[in-house]
Amino acid sequence: MAHAYTPGLRVADKALITRERRLPLKGEVLVEKGKEIRAEDIVAKTDLPGNVQIVKAASILGISPEDLPDVMVKKKGEHADKGEVIAMVSSFFGLFKSKVVAPATGTIEAISNVSGQIIMREPPIPVEVVAYIDGWVSEVIPDEGIIMETTGAFVQGIFGIGGEIVGELKTAVANPNDELTADKITPDLKDKVICGGAYVQYDTIKKAIDAGVRGIIVGGFRDSDLRRILGYDLGVAITGQEKIGLTLILTEGFGRMKMAQKTFDLLKRFEGKRVSINGATQIRAGVMRPEIIIPLGEKYSQDLADQEHVASGGLMVGSIIRVIREPHFGELAEVIDLPPELTVVESETKVRVLKARFDDGEEMLMPRANVEMIES
Amino acid sequence: MSEKEIRSVLATDCGSTTTKAILIEKQGDTYRLIVRGEAPTTVEAPFEDVTNGVLNAVMEVEELRGRKIIDDDGRIITPQNGDEGVDVYLSTSSAGGGLQMMVSGVVKQMTGESAERAALGAGAIVMDVIASNDGRAPHEKIKRIRQLRPDMILVSGGIDGGAISHVAEIAEVIAAAEPRPRLGSDYNLPIIYAGNIKARDIVKDRLGKKSSLVITDNIRPVLERENLMPARHKIHDLFMEHVMAQAPGYKKLMGWTSLPIMPTPAAVGYIIETIAKQQDIEVMGVDIGGATTDIFSVFQGIFNRTVSANLGMSYSISNVLAETGLDNVMRWVPFDMDEADLRDRIKNKMIRPTTIPHSLAELKVEQAIAREALRLAFEQHKSLAVGLKGVQQERTISDAFDQKSSGATIIDLKKLNLLVGSGGVLSHAPRRVQAASMLVDSFLPEYVTRLAVDSIFMMPQLGVLASEYPKPATDVFEKDCLIHLGCCIAPVGNAKKLGDPCVTVEYNVKGEHIKREVAYGDLVLIPMDAGEETKATITPSKRFDMGLGKGKEVTKKISGGVVGLLIDARGRPFTMPTDSAERIKRLTAWEIELGLYPR
Repeated sequence: MAHAYTPGLRVADKALITRERRLPLKGEVLVEKGKEIRAEDIVAKTDLPGNVQIVKAASILGISPEDLPDVMVKKKGEHADKGEVIAMVSSFFGLFKSKVVAPATGTIEAISNVSGQIIMREPPIPVEVVAYIDGWVSEVIPDEGIIMETTGAFVQGIFGIGGEIVGELKTAVANPNDELTADKITPDLKDKVICGGAYVQYDTIKKAIDAGVRGIIVGGFRDSDLRRILGYDLGVAITGQEKIGLTLILTEGFGRMKMAQKTFDLLKRFEGKRVSINGATQIRAGVMRPEIIIPLGEKYSQDLADQEHVASGGLMVGSIIRVIREPHFGELAEVIDLPPELTVVESETKVRVLKARFDDGEEMLMPRANVEMIES
Repeated sequence: MSEKEIRSVLATDCGSTTTKAILIEKQGDTYRLIVRGEAPTTVEAPFEDVTNGVLNAVMEVEELRGRKIIDDDGRIITPQNGDEGVDVYLSTSSAGGGLQMMVSGVVKQMTGESAERAALGAGAIVMDVIASNDGRAPHEKIKRIRQLRPDMILVSGGIDGGAISHVAEIAEVIAAAEPRPRLGSDYNLPIIYAGNIKARDIVKDRLGKKSSLVITDNIRPVLERENLMPARHKIHDLFMEHVMAQAPGYKKLMGWTSLPIMPTPAAVGYIIETIAKQQDIEVMGVDIGGATTDIFSVFQGIFNRTVSANLGMSYSISNVLAETGLDNVMRWVPFDMDEADLRDRIKNKMIRPTTIPHSLAELKVEQAIAREALRLAFEQHKSLAVGLKGVQQERTISDAFDQKSSGATIIDLKKLNLLVGSGGVLSHAPRRVQAASMLVDSFLPEYVTRLAVDSIFMMPQLGVLASEYPKPATDVFEKDCLIHLGCCIAPVGNAKKLGDPCVTVEYNVKGEHIKREVAYGDLVLIPMDAGEETKATITPSKRFDMGLGKGKEVTKKISGGVVGLLIDARGRPFTMPTDSAERIKRLTAWEIELGLYPR
């Protein structure tokens, strides 16, 4: 049977999920292997080196750099509070004094007799890493972090903004073709992650932020609204650091787009469950897609491993696909043929194609590169 | 092995997504491309060994050529033994995001720029230029260095024997940031010092313990001269020793190749330089990819390369729109479109970068964006490919009139002989005339310029080959790599109104006399086969110049190609009508004349 590889976004009822939770620098791991913990628990912590402040002391004091070490009030390694004098010269029998004060609280790290600079280091910055998902510690990476493990429902989005959050899942629309309108944002959605069907607009997102909603999962959203929310045109798809007040995940793409039925049904089924979501998207070497994880409170089993293996097949006749480029963008169809030869399409591009049938019975040839598989 | 003894060459280029292999063999006196193969690159999980992808690509070559190149232990057989193996195996790499560098200098416009040119010439992406006068406070510079995590830093500053305090200042800022390398945390970040010779001890003291410091010759020993080669060589050495050695499988690959592995863009630079030198011409090459656009040029014998890190056709497509603005994209689209709809389409391409334009309208929009990406990348190239700044020049009276300052761009479109395009949107355009049209619209060449595209993007492999064996490299470059599109004739100047006389072109080809008068505003295509070459008499009208002054007739060599002879009488500087209906009318007329798209 004809068979081809095409990437797809995962929508799984039950999957083994592992996530590495690592510190940016070596530090202390606070949990043990095998322990059951919650998403908000701190699993590791460390101190990042403090910020550095550089003062051009010699020029402030009007002396040559080589004289700087002799006029230091605080020596290398000593502590100074913000505003405290760290270097001083007196002239004219002590009548005139020029001073250099500490720009921040910290320690004197270096005094340069060449550049005339004083380098001060501020106190270390504590950094903590949380578990992010409810589950078990499957492995401890000494001094660096842990690997979390859980079984759960798992959905990959296509694009997101905002970072990791945890909340209770709530469906706010009746079906996947509905728009999440502003009137559906009610006070009881505070701290919730809401599933919103096909589309959401700027005003609804604003209202959701004000209502304290933690996350929105929706089929599509317009780029013009994204620009309004961010305040700038997003050039390169590296996201996750935005601080807009909630995390937004698109499951289908830009524009108004019906959420895949399977995704919608899954989210609806797990209504009321705790969910961990992350909008971070990176579309370049080492692709990262936004994710929705709904832990089920079960430990990993061999059965699940077998299921996982079976699920990762290729594109075949009978596969359900989603069209990811115009025409028919966003629609679902079934593959009915995979002709092996290169075919010329309307744009005169010569590509490998597939034949697909839409729900209304229409059949169409399209580039294989323009579809993605709906994986289970 | 001497160049004469070489019977066969295998070369691979490990890109971020695809590893491409080519096999070159000697046929009589010349070298020709025989077959090529490709396979997905295997740097990332689950494979994490670049040699898997290399062997897969080479296996395809083996199958197509029908001879053995890989031995039973999975190694490439060198030298060739009977019908097995190849005499030379070499490779380039841009996998894992290529070589990412930070550079620093004392004065941003002087040593900072020289350092940037050195790093770019060595094939790096320059993430930032840190300088004493870059307008940022020291703590901001430190934060930036920490954030970026480059593969390597090039520190320059000062002329030999000059003041050392500013160099010390920069070294102290870098030391305070305690920079860590991007790949792996088990080794120290490589830093190259190529500044004032007198400051070496200070730099050693400040950075020696915190990094793997290497010292080389000053890139700006005196104000009037740049000396970039020693720094470029050191960057290549460190790229091999540190960066590549950290990437999965590269140690093994390095053991297989006959020459050091080169960063892909550095290799492209080599081949462009070689061609310019051998043919004594001014050349420009552009490679437009999914994420970045590289431009290479050789003018007045000086090689320049720039990377526009966020201008590309898939991952970075959205950034093209953000940088150029919607109006600039729309001016190339021959139909009206809703702004919000266009924005969504572009974003959808960004989040699903591997999709292909299916409908004609989608193709037109994509090629419109390509024109802007190329134009912006060219603007950036012009601003970096400049004469040395801060240099006192002797001026004559005529210089005083044309107000040329030090630091003016050395890119001169009037002197450009050959413009080569590569990258998917150009090399794989459904019709070759589309590639020619995109190149002309974005670079706006002047006078007479030959146009070509790289058929399968094998310039990297040919570049690394050219660094040691120029003949096989240039043989293949001329015969198999370039697809000659033809020539573009573009008079400089503008008439009062559309339809006024602009230029008359006359020549003889295949015994036939051709004379064509072209009016201002028109774009005309005359077929002229590849391999045809002749002298043309070009007579511009009184408001236009072809090199000898307004209205002055010139005789220039022209050559054909798969597209033909393009006469661009739209004027230079070129302007597009702002009125939407008028714009669409003119775009459609050009489209029909060139046969750009099916109708």
